[in-house]
Amino acid sequence: MSDGNKNFVLGVFDDEDVLLKAIAQVRQGGVKIHEVFSPFPVHGIDDVLGYRRSRLSIAAFIFGLLGTTLALTMQIGMMTVDWPMIVGGKDFLPFPSFIPVTFELTVLLAAFGMVGTFFVVSDLKPWAKPRIFDIRITDDKHVMAVDLDKNKLTEADIKKALSDAGAQEVNNKQFD
Amino acid sequence: MHAEAVVRKPLVTGGKTVHDVTEDICIRVEQAPAKSWYAAMAVSLALLGYGAYAVFILVWDGIGSWGLNKTVGWAWDITNFVWWVGIGHAGTLISAILLLFRQRWRMSINRAAEAMTIFAVICALQFPLLHMGRPWIGAVWALPLPNTYGSLWVNFNSPLLWDVFAISTYFSVSLVFWYIGLVPDFATIRDRATGLSQKIYGALALGWDGAAKTWSRYETVALVLAGLATPLVLSVHTIVSFDFATSVIPGWHTTIFPPYFVAGAIFSGFAMVLTLMIVTRHVYKLQDYITIEHISLMNIIIMVTGSIVGVAYITELFIAWYSGVEGEQYAFYNRALGPYWWAYASMMTCNVISPQLFWFKKIRTSIAATFVISIIVNIGMWFERFVIIVTSLHRDFLPSSWAMFYPTWVDVGTYIFTFGLFFTCFFAFAKFFPVINMAEVKSIIKATGEKKK
Repeated sequence: MSDGNKNFVLGVFDDEDVLLKAIAQVRQGGVKIHEVFSPFPVHGIDDVLGYRRSRLSIAAFIFGLLGTTLALTMQIGMMTVDWPMIVGGKDFLPFPSFIPVTFELTVLLAAFGMVGTFFVVSDLKPWAKPRIFDIRITDDKHVMAVDLDKNKLTEADIKKALSDAGAQEVNNKQFD
Repeated sequence: MHAEAVVRKPLVTGGKTVHDVTEDICIRVEQAPAKSWYAAMAVSLALLGYGAYAVFILVWDGIGSWGLNKTVGWAWDITNFVWWVGIGHAGTLISAILLLFRQRWRMSINRAAEAMTIFAVICALQFPLLHMGRPWIGAVWALPLPNTYGSLWVNFNSPLLWDVFAISTYFSVSLVFWYIGLVPDFATIRDRATGLSQKIYGALALGWDGAAKTWSRYETVALVLAGLATPLVLSVHTIVSFDFATSVIPGWHTTIFPPYFVAGAIFSGFAMVLTLMIVTRHVYKLQDYITIEHISLMNIIIMVTGSIVGVAYITELFIAWYSGVEGEQYAFYNRALGPYWWAYASMMTCNVISPQLFWFKKIRTSIAATFVISIIVNIGMWFERFVIIVTSLHRDFLPSSWAMFYPTWVDVGTYIFTFGLFFTCFFAFAKFFPVINMAEVKSIIKATGEKKK
């Protein structure tokens, strides 16, 4: 039981503005929040939760660069090295012609690489069995989950902190 | 939180709450479809069936069953290809470019518009595939694969090959963009469903749990994808226009083509979005989500892009005269006053004159007028491609080989095939997918809903 991730207290919120204030207040009170679940993206929630900006855009850039390299290598390799076109006695590298395909492959690899990375780091996969803290999360409720085993405060204190911060309901949730 | 000026009209009307959004959209997926849905599906399947027969004849007998001749070697096939690709552009414009511009009215129309993009690109792809005669060989030859001829590689100097890369990239990136947006909504359906549909939507939802960390990453992904899709969508119709612009045919060899094609694509795409959304909105009673304000804003985009297209037509004529090149001058004289004058006149009326009616607020906010004009615009845009392609070819460099193009029933049947395909896909989408992006609409309920105003 001491490793956590099993016993949670959930604060259920209705309104995203109340939620944002509540997160700040609860964190100030010394409660460690496990995660906040929302039916839609709440702007500014990363800041109050202290999350760093996602680095997925860097992944996109690297995959894009890979696409550029791949496309140019392929085209130059095929049209200038493997089967050179002799124009005016010289083998010819028609670089402007290569721009469209290079651009498309850059975009293709950047998009697929980034989305693939997103799926991997967020553990999104068709056979995933998500832990649903509250069935209403995907409908209209925001849920703040606090891991009891990872907090030094008592259950009663955490519950009080949550309802003081404006939670509509405070529930217990256990996973086995 | 995002605050919005009070003068802006609410984007969601009817005092909807976040829960109402879930109810209103999910119910269409959960309930058995209405009789009208079955009727519509039956009609599109009939079109698809008839079209499939035409395609069978086309593949069995060969391209000779189309009305092409020695002079007009490209006609309905590429006309329909460019037309469908153009229609597809609106979806990406709405979801990517309007996202970058932070236009929140995109949120209730982007899902259906992106679906339309994907289906339209599938329809467009049929034509380059089928026109190769033996598509199963052609599809392989269009790819840079090693072969036993040397290897003799594909020609990267050819805009037709650029098209292969542009269209396939566009299709796959649009599909991914659309799917990413669908994941949270699939999770909503999953959490309401039972039995088999819970399993299916659960697999599609990829185990989405709505965690703030995931949402944060999701938003980054959406933003970067929008940033990638924006130049992509502009590049796609640019490259499609290169099919013509890089040739030496008078009437095709024009540097104005790329921007003019992109504007035309957005123009026809928005028209198709309106045609479909007006019907969907009515049948699914989505008047509170797709408001008159949305329709009016889309009509303004049609008006702007229609005007750009109009300026392009006039510029083309002026430059043909101003260039002093006889071949070019004749191509445009023949286009406007030759045997295909009726196609040119239809194009001008439908594309240049009809969208100007949207200057009047009464017309811009009228559902019936919008519906009619949206169809007129797409007829006009079909004629635009027909005019560019056929009138530039049918009187070529040798007067002895001048000819006219007459479509056969197989030409018509192949076109009908794509209509059947498009509507079958769209109706299936309307039944099995959430037609409005629930998560995004929920995020604006508070900031732009009626209660706030």
